[in-house]
Amino acid sequence: MLSKKQAKTFFLGGTALFFLIFLALSIHSLKVGIPENTHPEKMTEQVELGRYLWDKNNCMGCHTIMGEGAYYAPELTRVYSRKGPDYIKAVLTAPDGWQPRGRKMVKYNFSDEEVEGLIAFFQWMNEAYLNGFPPKPQLYRPE
Amino acid sequence: MKFRSQKIAYNFFALSMLLILLQITYGFIMAFAHMGYDGLHEWIPFNTATATHKNLLVVWILSGFMGAAYYIIPDEADRELVSPFWAKIQFWTFAIVGVIAVAGFHMGWFEGRKFLEIPRPLDYLVALNVVLFLVLILFTLLKGKKQTTTAWVLSMGLVFAALLYLPGMIYFENLAVDSFFRWWVVHLWVEGVWELIMGGILSYLLIRLTGVDREVIEKWLYVIVGLTFLSGILGTGHHYYYTGGPDYWLMIGGIFSSLEPLAFLGMTAFAVQMYRKGNKKHPNKLALFWTLNTAILSFLGAGLLGLAHTLPQVNLYTHGTLVTAMHGHLAFWGAYGSLVFAIISYAMPQMTGRKIYDNQIGNLAFWITNIGMLGMTTAFAAAGVSQVTLERIAGYEYMEAAKVMQPHFFVLIIAATVFTTGICLYIWNFIKFGKPVDEAIRTEDDSAFQAVTA
Ligand code: HEM
Ligand code: HEM
Ligand SMILES: [Fe+2]
Repeated sequence: MLSKKQAKTFFLGGTALFFLIFLALSIHSLKVGIPENTHPEKMTEQVELGRYLWDKNNCMGCHTIMGEGAYYAPELTRVYSRKGPDYIKAVLTAPDGWQPRGRKMVKYNFSDEEVEGLIAFFQWMNEAYLNGFPPKPQLYRPE
Repeated sequence: MKFRSQKIAYNFFALSMLLILLQITYGFIMAFAHMGYDGLHEWIPFNTATATHKNLLVVWILSGFMGAAYYIIPDEADRELVSPFWAKIQFWTFAIVGVIAVAGFHMGWFEGRKFLEIPRPLDYLVALNVVLFLVLILFTLLKGKKQTTTAWVLSMGLVFAALLYLPGMIYFENLAVDSFFRWWVVHLWVEGVWELIMGGILSYLLIRLTGVDREVIEKWLYVIVGLTFLSGILGTGHHYYYTGGPDYWLMIGGIFSSLEPLAFLGMTAFAVQMYRKGNKKHPNKLALFWTLNTAILSFLGAGLLGLAHTLPQVNLYTHGTLVTAMHGHLAFWGAYGSLVFAIISYAMPQMTGRKIYDNQIGNLAFWITNIGMLGMTTAFAAAGVSQVTLERIAGYEYMEAAKVMQPHFFVLIIAATVFTTGICLYIWNFIKFGKPVDEAIRTEDDSAFQAVTA
């Protein structure tokens, strides 16, 4: 039967081993994988401003991006190609706050520069490769 | 209770009870908003409500863990806490930082990263507070007469939980990198080091409640936490599938996260087996119920419902939908909520000297909360599955799908009302125990019955 000492060795040894593997893969992901998929060289100052506003206003508190966030509002990873910059601008600058089908978005008083920043951020996000996410809807849907 | 300083645990437990009530209130605000009734939007928009709901959750659970540590460590180490005075300071500063954070959310002051919404300046205060907490716990343990495995596992869980908070405090310009490190906090907490805390508390409770020999329980404790890290560390990969990470995470995350339920199954087998071996003489049946409940529901909510969407082929469709919320609720409740309720149920009679063990309100609270939460899980599941079908498969626009999902939120609110009734009963019972008193201090071990050797 397993002794307490052996159990302890299993715990410490296993943890150390898998932690090291995880660390190595993480370093690789951060240095090679993520940059390849997300093009940090395309992160202009505008993109960074958009990214900053995304956090500051807790947009993730209603929306998801890369599938992360809350489920009260649409996924925005591909919003740039789905809706286009003009539509996004209309959403962000709606005078009484955007209200799609009765659901209210918070009303923001973004400056033009800030709106451009958010649009640039979505454009950057749009170009990121996410292993096939979001999936393409497969069913035929008559209009 | 053996030592006067263990009484500080009461403050943390009481804070926990207060915060869970607040957390639930914000849950209702969100559920109503999903249903189309967002009358509070001007004052508490959804993103404020969600930040509050998630952070209060984390804070009441951490408060429960801290209370548990202040209760368990002196008992296991067999000495008073090194400084009850500083423990009080730690409690009050913890509570104050929490209040500032929640008030800040209502003024639009947040960091905007799910579960880590607390703004960075406050993060430093949290970190400082936790350092004080850890110093008190570790010194008590090291200066104690005994350093048991149970106490070590619990303390190491707390230490690593604190360390893992740090990567979440750094700002990364690339959102994908930011998300990568956010999971070092969120995933490596709930599917890593918090399981050490859980294992430690469960093992303490089982030793006290079943009377099974400590050596046997602690041996299995090692095996379980071993399984946790064996699967959970590389299992982090299940959050790197679709967030900008390289594709090898599909394979690695898929395989290792699928093994994670084993650790939870281990907890279930561990608790049930020890219960069956035990002498069943301890009068505190409610504490035993909650202990077994934790072991079983954590396997259901975290293990099975986690497994349900952890394979990359499935997760591609369910990622970022209400299916995740289904799992999130039962996992957090089953593993950590229930655990906090278990240690409170165990400690209250000991601290207050009022041996109301097997009372009706307590029993009712036990069944009603759990039934309510299972109902909520089902409602989220129904909403989640329709969301996946409509949005991800049939190509509906988000708001088109959201309209179809509204009835599920009505069911959610009904189930949540049941759950909340249970919580209120539990809190009523908690209040009825009154405050801890010095007369409750007893010199002999409180599991004063024969140890069973396996
Ligand atoms: C009356 C009770 C409750 C109600 C009505 C409720 C409702 C909700 C709603 C509507 C959401 C937001 C989903 C979204 O993003 O759109 C949510 C999120 C969440 N709640 Fe609750 N909740 C309740 C209690 C709890 C409890 C007791 C826990 C934990 C033990 C909990 C843990 C969570 C978690 C972890 C999330 C985030 C889930 C995710 O984004 O995947 N909730 N809740
Ligand atoms: C007690 C343990 C656990 C808790 C408290 C928990 C809680 C959560 C929460 C709150 C989320 C949403 C996180 C976010 O979006 O920020 C989540 C996501 C997830 N969990 Fe767990 N979980 C636990 C264990 C597990 C286990 C054991 C598995 C797998 C077998 C698992 C699989 C997943 C997956 C695949 C996701 C991602 C969902 C998505 O793509 O949207 N979880 N979990
Ligand atoms: Fe995870």
